[in-house]
Amino acid sequence: MKSNRREFLKLAAVSAMGIGAARLGFLGDAPAFAESVPTVANFEEGLKAKHWGMAIFTAKMTPELNAKCRKACHTEHNVPDIAGPKEIKWFWGANYEETFPTEHGHYLSEEIEHRQFPLLCNQCEAPMCVKVCPTQATFQRPDGIVMMDFHRCIGCRYCMAGCPFGARSFNFQDPRPFIKSFNPLFPTRMRGVVEKCNFCAERLAIGKLPVCVEAAEGALVFGDLSDEQSDIRKALREHFAIRRKPDAGTSPSVYYIL
Amino acid sequence: MLEKALKGSPRYWGTLIALGLVMALGLGFWLYQLTFGMKITGLNRDVSWGFYIAQFTYLVGVAASAVMLVLPYYFHHYKEFSKMIILGEFLAIAAVVMCLGFIVVDIGQPQRMMNVLLNSTPHSVLFWDMVVLNGYLFLNIIVGWTSLQYFKNDMTPPKWVKILAIVSVIWAFSIHTVTAFLYAGLPGRHYFLTAIMAARFLASAFCSGPAILLLLVLCLRRLTGFDPGQKAINRLAVIITYAMCVNIFFFLLEVFTSFYSNMPGHIAPFKYLFTGIDGHDMMVPFMWTAVVLGLGCLLFLIPTPIRQNNTALTIGLVMLVIASWIDKGLGLLIGGFTPNPFETVTVYSPTVPEIMISLMIFSLGGIVLTVLWKIAIEVRCEVEGGNLSMVPPPAE
Repeated sequence: MKSNRREFLKLAAVSAMGIGAARLGFLGDAPAFAESVPTVANFEEGLKAKHWGMAIFTAKMTPELNAKCRKACHTEHNVPDIAGPKEIKWFWGANYEETFPTEHGHYLSEEIEHRQFPLLCNQCEAPMCVKVCPTQATFQRPDGIVMMDFHRCIGCRYCMAGCPFGARSFNFQDPRPFIKSFNPLFPTRMRGVVEKCNFCAERLAIGKLPVCVEAAEGALVFGDLSDEQSDIRKALREHFAIRRKPDAGTSPSVYYIL
Repeated sequence: MLEKALKGSPRYWGTLIALGLVMALGLGFWLYQLTFGMKITGLNRDVSWGFYIAQFTYLVGVAASAVMLVLPYYFHHYKEFSKMIILGEFLAIAAVVMCLGFIVVDIGQPQRMMNVLLNSTPHSVLFWDMVVLNGYLFLNIIVGWTSLQYFKNDMTPPKWVKILAIVSVIWAFSIHTVTAFLYAGLPGRHYFLTAIMAARFLASAFCSGPAILLLLVLCLRRLTGFDPGQKAINRLAVIITYAMCVNIFFFLLEVFTSFYSNMPGHIAPFKYLFTGIDGHDMMVPFMWTAVVLGLGCLLFLIPTPIRQNNTALTIGLVMLVIASWIDKGLGLLIGGFTPNPFETVTVYSPTVPEIMISLMIFSLGGIVLTVLWKIAIEVRCEVEGGNLSMVPPPAE
């Protein structure tokens, strides 16, 4: 019964998207995307896991590759391009010191010191943002992904204070005029709400890997951390990996292979 | 009793109109913020809470401070406070109104505010802060208003009022404790993450709140002739002095832990506030002003002969209020968010619209306070037959 209802809702949502994309020419790029509107069949192929995680081969992650991933992510999710300290970012890069500020590494190898590390939401196992959110607009799915309901968020920004990783951005203004290329398959946000990386939950649902993983040419490994046979566990078994600020107690699901 | 607020001297109406004009001006800026979003503030991705939330925090302290009158009066039967207690309760009401105002202007989607009730989330401290603040508001309205009404009719307040007053004493501790928990539970914000935060908040509240109350009462005495009694003033001044000493002591405990342990994360906010980091030293003059005024006010407050001189007392209290405001209304939030999670500095300073919107809320609080105090004073005037300073405190 329950699954029937779910199937129906999926069907309804998908048909609505299809009709919308076909008819609403004023959406600009929408007609071009109509072909790629997911169908029920796509949703049946959705990827499932007990605990999604990511391992990053940081040595392979050149600044160019990082920029490519960032562009792919920000295009997929309609992330506005706003300059300055009120910027919005889901995927970006930083040097060793900013990425691991608690490591205080002296005498680092020059290569590591100048390496650019990709930054994104850590999809923590014990996420502080979920704990502090007064409306459950930020919530954790059973597969570990920390997601946001942009329509429930009141914009109190408590999650931004709670996150030890600076992973969250606030829409200080209407973001829509700053979206360079519009993707009608993902919602845009309104001003006054917080947003962050969602591990491409919308892509996992139709059987696709996160867009940054697809763009990363193998430098990003995505998979089920609770499955010993998964690629990500294999990568972590064979390489030395660290997480950002583990002593903040949030247990990040993103691992950096040095 | 509300009718007492409708008749008044030109000075009373002038005050209300002046506050109303400031409020209207601020309202314009708030509409500007509602139209264009919070980009008009100085807030940013790294310093995501600023002036608004800092004022909220400071005013929660002012609201909680009414307990410094209610507690001696109800728990220790210190009757000297009987004339001032209603003023303390009404100041608490005005302060909580301002607190709620600062929350409303701070959130990005104020029209969704009720989501906090619709989706009540007990694991969020913000939910509990909403509960305790609104509870405290109603407690003070009920207790203050009812006891004033009974006083007007020359009757002893019913027992339930006394019970609610006792509840409000415990509740007052809860509002500032829960507000401290908003900050003290956040990993990775070293300036906030300290077990003594709630105690520090209470100490700073119990000096700054009564100091503001006492300054306002001294002002009231000059303007209306209302005299709370020199004994009550002296006693409250002693309470303020003790609380300020404890406040400074608690701050020094933080300094010791941070610097003796040499933990970089704990030292960094102090460095930013008191010396600046990488040339970002905007906060330095403010923080040292707070140090000078905070220690300086003790010179006026600790020696009894100086403290009992009302001019010296006024100077000491003004110094104390400025020092505690810089500590809590500026330093606390900015120090908590700087350096940011990447251990770099993103500078925050409030913008003009942000300050104007804050002035709007302060004026709103001023209007609430003026009206409530007017009623309280008029009632006392009526009961005492026009003589504001002669009647002994009513028997319990």
